[in-house]
Amino acid sequence: MLFFTVMGFGQVSFMNSNVATLNKQQTLIVIGNGMVGHHCVEQLIERGALKRYRLHVFSEEPMRAYDRVHLSEYFSGRDAESLALSDASLYQTPGVTLHLGVPVLEIDRERRQVITAQGCVSYDKLVLATGSYPFVPPIEGAEGDSRLVYRTLEDLDAIRSAAANARRGVVVGGGLLGLEAANALKSLGLEAHVVEFAPRLMPVQLDDLGGLALKAQIERLGVGVHLSRATQSISAGEDYRYRMNFANDEFLETDLVVFSAGIRAQDALARDCALEIGPRGGVVIDDTCLSCDPNIYAIGECASWNGSLFGLVAPGYQMARSVAARLCDDVAEPFQGADMSTKLKLLGVDVGSIGDAHANTPGARSYQFIDETSASYRRLVVDASGKRVLGAVLIGDNSYYDTLLQYMQNAITLPSEPAALILPSSEGAPILGPGALPEAATVCSCHNVTKGAICTAIDGGCTDLGLLKSQTKACTGCGGCAGLLKQVFEHELVARGVSVDKSLCEHFAYTRQELYALVRVEGVISFEELLAKHGRGHTGCDVCKPAVGSILASCWNQPIMEPSLVPLQDTNDTFMANMQKNGTYSVVPRIPGGEITADKLIAIGVVAKKYDLYTKITGGQRIDLFGAQLHQLPDIWGELIEAGFETGHAYGKSTRTVKSCVGSTWCRYGVQDSVQMALAIEDRYKGLRSPHKLKFAVSGCTRECAEAQSKDVGVIATEKGWNLYIAGNGGMRPRHAELFATDLDDATLIRYIDRFLMFYIRTADKLQRTSVWRESLEGGLDYLKDVIIHDSLGLGAELESQMQLVVNRYECEWANALKDPEKLKRFRTFVNDKRPDPDIHFVQERGQRRPIMAAELNLIPVTEESV
Amino acid sequence: MNQSNTQRVNPAEHSAVWQPVCSQQDLVNDSGVVVWLDGAQVALFYLPNVQGKTLYAIDNHDPQSGANVIGRGLVGSIKGDLVVASPIYKQHFRLQDGTCLEYPQQRLRVWPVRLNAGVVEVGVA
Repeated sequence: MLFFTVMGFGQVSFMNSNVATLNKQQTLIVIGNGMVGHHCVEQLIERGALKRYRLHVFSEEPMRAYDRVHLSEYFSGRDAESLALSDASLYQTPGVTLHLGVPVLEIDRERRQVITAQGCVSYDKLVLATGSYPFVPPIEGAEGDSRLVYRTLEDLDAIRSAAANARRGVVVGGGLLGLEAANALKSLGLEAHVVEFAPRLMPVQLDDLGGLALKAQIERLGVGVHLSRATQSISAGEDYRYRMNFANDEFLETDLVVFSAGIRAQDALARDCALEIGPRGGVVIDDTCLSCDPNIYAIGECASWNGSLFGLVAPGYQMARSVAARLCDDVAEPFQGADMSTKLKLLGVDVGSIGDAHANTPGARSYQFIDETSASYRRLVVDASGKRVLGAVLIGDNSYYDTLLQYMQNAITLPSEPAALILPSSEGAPILGPGALPEAATVCSCHNVTKGAICTAIDGGCTDLGLLKSQTKACTGCGGCAGLLKQVFEHELVARGVSVDKSLCEHFAYTRQELYALVRVEGVISFEELLAKHGRGHTGCDVCKPAVGSILASCWNQPIMEPSLVPLQDTNDTFMANMQKNGTYSVVPRIPGGEITADKLIAIGVVAKKYDLYTKITGGQRIDLFGAQLHQLPDIWGELIEAGFETGHAYGKSTRTVKSCVGSTWCRYGVQDSVQMALAIEDRYKGLRSPHKLKFAVSGCTRECAEAQSKDVGVIATEKGWNLYIAGNGGMRPRHAELFATDLDDATLIRYIDRFLMFYIRTADKLQRTSVWRESLEGGLDYLKDVIIHDSLGLGAELESQMQLVVNRYECEWANALKDPEKLKRFRTFVNDKRPDPDIHFVQERGQRRPIMAAELNLIPVTEESV
Repeated sequence: MNQSNTQRVNPAEHSAVWQPVCSQQDLVNDSGVVVWLDGAQVALFYLPNVQGKTLYAIDNHDPQSGANVIGRGLVGSIKGDLVVASPIYKQHFRLQDGTCLEYPQQRLRVWPVRLNAGVVEVGVA
């Protein structure tokens, strides 16, 4: 843009005409790259806006748009990149320029230019999506760590660093975001408190009884709640860094203060260029999101419609869609306000608020259900006729939310006993099934996806839930509609006569999980028995045999070389080594925790040299020996076992390795003996077979040299014990492990890992890593914590004893096989001839041998073969 | 193994002579072993529990990977056909005639084979 501005001055006419041609393409500028600004860009690109506009996006934040709804997960293991709303490629689309970390300083409406520190850019159309900023009341003494806010990733980094040496943290503001912030403090290991000016929590969304129930639940979780308190000043504390002073000489001491006392529209740019501003701030917009300037739109939290600001993501997305459609001359739905109903989990407590939660509508009447034992509360607000839902409040159980919301949004006539809609479900409440929803019912309000749109996608051949989500975008905003979407999807599939086939293969009409249960409950110990009782045919196949073999091993842990188990295994398990591309094997002895003596290193070296094996160090702190032929494996293992090694199970869907750093014994930073713990973990779980491979790591301090956060089970030492992370993995789709429990003692750590692994083995699909399994769990991490930590299913003792059985039965498979000539029968390249496979050739490279490549084959003499 | 499982095939019908390759003791139930047959590598699969023919002889050479590994594949049935899956890229070959289910142009050589008084015999031309 600058190029043309400069060159345009005083140029001859042909140049001007050239510029005019180029300028047929107009310039569209979006200021702000938050969730709403990003959605607008997505919508613009999707609607073909790049045919007519060059698109410039300015953001003052250094990071492209990220998911603010799930911001608190930043503290429980998610990193900035995984919070990003799209992959970077969207902003690399030709015609789109994203200016990150470039704040717009001024809008010159007269010249139609935006001005940044780097120069000015002219626009034809401008969209303001500048969002909001946290309101911090003017309080004497509030500064630095006593004046933190909770809005951006940078704010979270500031909170994290303030929390490093802190014991207690206070959040000012007991609204939705304030409680999220309290959760974040809690997950940083602080004692968290909430101070609210109003006499109840979440005063906007909840009524008095709802606020009371929420307070009771949150206090049970160990978060202090202080209502009707106005902070008058902050001074130096005695026991903690700061003292917050309230009226009547009351005070609360703390090491840090986070303000979450509401948001204000980020409308400074608009004010400076004299756009009309609403009574409570925000750029005044009409139903088309247009400001008083016909070339400037405003969307999201910086916009004021009908005197109201909208602080939720769904209405912001509605505005973004409307503006994008208008700019592309598509049919644009006018913005006509938004339903502010909301459903969320705050500090693990279900909170729902629908429509007129306070029963402000004239003639409104309420039904209420209170359970003081579990601190649950539900209120249903109906209209004067008793036929329509006006609103609702839910504390403690959001399973009622979807049904109530659909009643309200679609004006569905209430059943004769409306109270049944909020009574505990054992009463046989009339659940509004997905079949009863009208076509126009909104299933996903973030992306405005109706039941009709879902049906259209299904009719178009979409019979996969993941595909449905990517096609319709349903459930890709806040994710709150996941349960309802699944119900509608499955109901509609069944209605179309599509049966969802979850059979393992043609021999078993069961899922892996169902087969696991049958094996457990009926005590099945062989494939033949399971096939005879629950399968079809006499042979099975290469899908069901390894799956059943793995289940049998997980349950009973019999030696894998038992004659009945041998035919079930894939070749790697059968020969207890990893087949490589030329049919030779690699051998990985177990090196627990990566700790090895000089004698053992020498023993490996001797074996490698004797059999001329290519040697490489693995990522799991072990040594891999390549190029062994089938008939050499027993000899190699005989020598390794003689030297004190055990099998490393590198060939199995099983425990692989426990990586560790050197820990407190040597490292000046280490706070626990990570090697000792790695040895204990590896010794306990070695030989455990599971739906997929299992990798572990133990780090001796927070520097995390063992990379535990990329493992299925990661353990990181703290000064008080161990933090447990679960369900991470590297590989094709890396996923950071999530913080699961903190400051555990040794026994509790092992107990949680026992339960976690056995629960995974029990419920995962075949070949499903813990990461994918964890993502597929309904209820997510909280559900898993309930099951493992709080033993909500009453399974804890059972899972532990099942694990103990596997541990007790451990035996090195190679040691077992070497004792039995019958089991060694198959370890012969030819059963009638001693020669090695004559087609296997090696060449030397960097001092070792490697398989010959096809192109090199004609370079070596080939022995004459008779046919 | 009792004698009723012995395959009674007349080599004359295949214009072949029966060549002993190994003993029945060398076979592994429901799995494969490999024999050297005058320069050819023959994988023998023994399925004592299936109805009908229980012993199969098929080329050990996997055309897709170029490695001699078929004898180490997993056996099973797919839509009524007995098959072996290559342990490297997992494509399936019909034991009966060597045809590859995924790539029909890949076809493995098969041999007539029988058990004769505890000895495995392969029919060679």
